[in-house]
Amino acid sequence: MTFPVELFINALIAGILLGGFYAAVTVGVSISFGILDIVNIAHPAFVILGSYIAYIVNQRLGVDPILTALMVLPAFYALGALVYQVYYVSFEKRGQEALRGLAFFFGLLFVTEVTLILVFGVDYRYVQAAYIDQTIRFGAFDLPMRMLIPCVIALLLLASLQLFLTKSYTGRAIMAVAQDQMALQLMAADPIRIKRIAFALSIATTAIAGALLIIIQPVEPSVGREYIGRVFAICVLGGLGSLPGTVIGAMLLGIMESLTATFYGPSWAPAVAFGFLLLTLAFRPAGILGR
Amino acid sequence: MRTPVFIVAALIVAATVYGLARLAGNDYVFFAGYVILQFVVLATAWNVLGGYCGYVNFGSAAFFALGAYTTVSLVKLPNLAAKYLPEGLASLVAATVPPPIPVLMIVGGLVAGLVGLGTGYLTLRLRGVFFAIATLALAVVLQTLIVNWDYVGGSRGAYVIRPQTLAPAGINYVEYLFVMMLLLSVAALTVARAIERSQLGYGFATIRDDELAAEASGVPTLRLKLVATTISGALMGMAGAPFPYYIGYLEPSSAFGLAYAVNSIAMPMIGGTTSWVGPLLGALLLGTLQQVATVTISSAVSLLLVGLLLVGFVIIAPNGLLGLFGSLRRRMGAARAAGESAKAGAA
Repeated sequence: MTFPVELFINALIAGILLGGFYAAVTVGVSISFGILDIVNIAHPAFVILGSYIAYIVNQRLGVDPILTALMVLPAFYALGALVYQVYYVSFEKRGQEALRGLAFFFGLLFVTEVTLILVFGVDYRYVQAAYIDQTIRFGAFDLPMRMLIPCVIALLLLASLQLFLTKSYTGRAIMAVAQDQMALQLMAADPIRIKRIAFALSIATTAIAGALLIIIQPVEPSVGREYIGRVFAICVLGGLGSLPGTVIGAMLLGIMESLTATFYGPSWAPAVAFGFLLLTLAFRPAGILGR
Repeated sequence: MRTPVFIVAALIVAATVYGLARLAGNDYVFFAGYVILQFVVLATAWNVLGGYCGYVNFGSAAFFALGAYTTVSLVKLPNLAAKYLPEGLASLVAATVPPPIPVLMIVGGLVAGLVGLGTGYLTLRLRGVFFAIATLALAVVLQTLIVNWDYVGGSRGAYVIRPQTLAPAGINYVEYLFVMMLLLSVAALTVARAIERSQLGYGFATIRDDELAAEASGVPTLRLKLVATTISGALMGMAGAPFPYYIGYLEPSSAFGLAYAVNSIAMPMIGGTTSWVGPLLGALLLGTLQQVATVTISSAVSLLLVGLLLVGFVIIAPNGLLGLFGSLRRRMGAARAAGESAKAGAA
């Protein structure tokens, strides 16, 4: 049997495009977990929420999902700020974030999922847009627009967040709060406010990630669960809190999953991410670009 | 109360519960009661690691499903033996397999305990958060394996025929399963209580309160954590082992359902995590509530209720019902003391 080169390259391309999208889903966790040390396992639930909002607006008004995402960005930012405030007052301030904070986010994940099931049922939902069915062809290689556009938007999102974190005053304060909260306080910046901004930002990214998700695949409420392992695998793999690391980790995972799905069948794909995570945790917990 | 006395007392309570359930004269009591007891075991098992050591396990469903699928793989063994083994051996296998429920529980417990040990060994050297995330991952890896494993039915699921009655005694099989789960609950509670009062329990508590300090003062933290994960995983596997017989048709999405994970966290959290009473209290309350809500409203609503209660309790009553009772008693005690001193002052 000869090695199917074309199939391999197509799978590789699909993997890279998928990886770009994974980076968008993960970047929020890279900020909340990687930088702020808040284990927000409910992150994928917010992504699914974003997907459903994009779905409703698309269904009723025919608006493009990405445009919708940009419009609801402030609302998601506010939601994030609210969640952080509750988290801070109830857990961080009392020093109970380890056990109860985790349970809190787990409960949040669960409540969101069940509420979505109650409202929308467990049917798969999808959006319509002109570009979704189009594909660019280079000889034997395919670039489906439904994957390409999310990947491009995701990389734009990552690049602008990286610029914000390294160049702006607030962004640098966010990086500083990860290193030394006390020192930041001495520089006359309120660490709680900075953390609230950062966490709100991390939730705001889920509006975009959700829209991208529903462009790529039909969504039902429990899809989010598959992403918990993925996002944390990528986050740990990329070295907590590093955005370039996030992109590399996401691309790696995307390629691995795409190759597995192509050569062994899609039913094995979920195990790849989690197997990857378990191995990373066991052998290189600091990640590839770890500090 | 010493442990043997506790066992006798617990058995008396269990016998009373069984007697009352029989008096109801309705098989539904056993059906519903089985589920509640199953949650008593799961919640108690979760609390051994979560409440005593402070390590969160999101993979309860994985351990539960391990027990259930161990049973399925044993039940299916005669088919396999008939195909590959010589006649005599095959009939021997057919005669001994599937073993009775208590044996199934022990085998399921062994498998789940070993997986718990393995997961713990890979991830417990890291910060607690990573263990929590790894347990989430474990559930998905195992589910993928099961979905792709045709022998136990794959994604189609597997039928396990439940006998109508237990052969020699002639009692209803669901009633028999109920009694088995009742005995397992007694065992789980006894183990949890014994741990709490032993050196092991104090070791666990030091890990929960300050792991670094514990390690520095010579507590073998990794070994203790591994013990806790193994016990906890094994108990969850034991709870899962009879499940295929109860449900009759097992498929991966029901065995790995998120409901198990969320319930086994919510019940101890709502009851209180510091003592064996907490998970018991939480499981009885929440389990009953869910049974009622499932029947009267819908199962989705009953799950939503659990989620909301979990979020509400961790925010408002971080120490659960036990914490609430404790502070109430303290306040009443203080009020009584104040009243007495006022009386004394007046006299």
